Amino acid sequence: MRIKCPHCGERDRREFYYVGDAVALDRPDPDAGDVVWDDYVHNRDNPAGVTRDLWYHESGCSTWIVVTRNTVTHEILKTELASKVKEAMA
Amino acid sequence: MVDLMAKSPCDGLLPVEHGGVSLSEIDMTVLTSVSPYKGQDKALSAALKEAHGMAFPGINRATGKEGARAIWFGQGQAMLIGPDPASSLCVHAAVTDQSDAWVLVRLEGGRAEDVLARLVPVDLRQAAFKRGHTARTQLQHMMISVTRTGDSSFLIMAFRSMAKTLVHDLETAMRGVAARHAG
Repeated sequence: MRIKCPHCGERDRREFYYVGDAVALDRPDPDAGDVVWDDYVHNRDNPAGVTRDLWYHESGCSTWIVVTRNTVTHEILKTELASKVKEAMA
Repeated sequence: MVDLMAKSPCDGLLPVEHGGVSLSEIDMTVLTSVSPYKGQDKALSAALKEAHGMAFPGINRATGKEGARAIWFGQGQAMLIGPDPASSLCVHAAVTDQSDAWVLVRLEGGRAEDVLARLVPVDLRQAAFKRGHTARTQLQHMMISVTRTGDSSFLIMAFRSMAKTLVHDLETAMRGVAARHAG
């Protein structure tokens, strides 16, 4: 599997560290309540298909990347800088 | 008072040569990481140019020359190699001394590309990776910075604590390449 780092270009998967669902970019308000926080911390979808994860370009440029990929075909559909995604959410 | 001796990371390990490819240590020098503050990229580049004669490197690029180089070192960071950093840089960037934290070696020779092809998962051939190009990547399992400094020479940087492993991995690959072309 190869992932296109927005900075470095296409790189081998071994340079990256998998972090998990990109939900981490959307942290709830501290006062959002137990149900919301329980959902944020523990509950994840496990789709057979398109998913959105955070990856870390650990052995490369140290960038956090949002990777949209297909868990069935292993196709990488989109990669974006997490910093840009976060800015766009603000 | 004890008289302490400065010991370079590859002291006693380098230089070595196999099959026309040489690996040598670059003398210990001043290393400084420079990370521009938000919106200060252009101002920093101008300050760097005025103080040290090179622009702030673009992504995957290195600027300057032997003795005074700036190498792109990851998101929003460059490594200044050689000069004592001018105080004017501090206005626009976080400037941090990294001297002695990294080992710097030079791999040189006609088959240097073949040696690196055995170790680094990035295309470093001339057509794709020209003089002044740089990459943060891996050498075996180590994170490194690799920069092409000439038609057949590369500057490789790794953590100082990994110096012995770096030399071992490179030398093993150099021997392999040399054996393949022997006789």
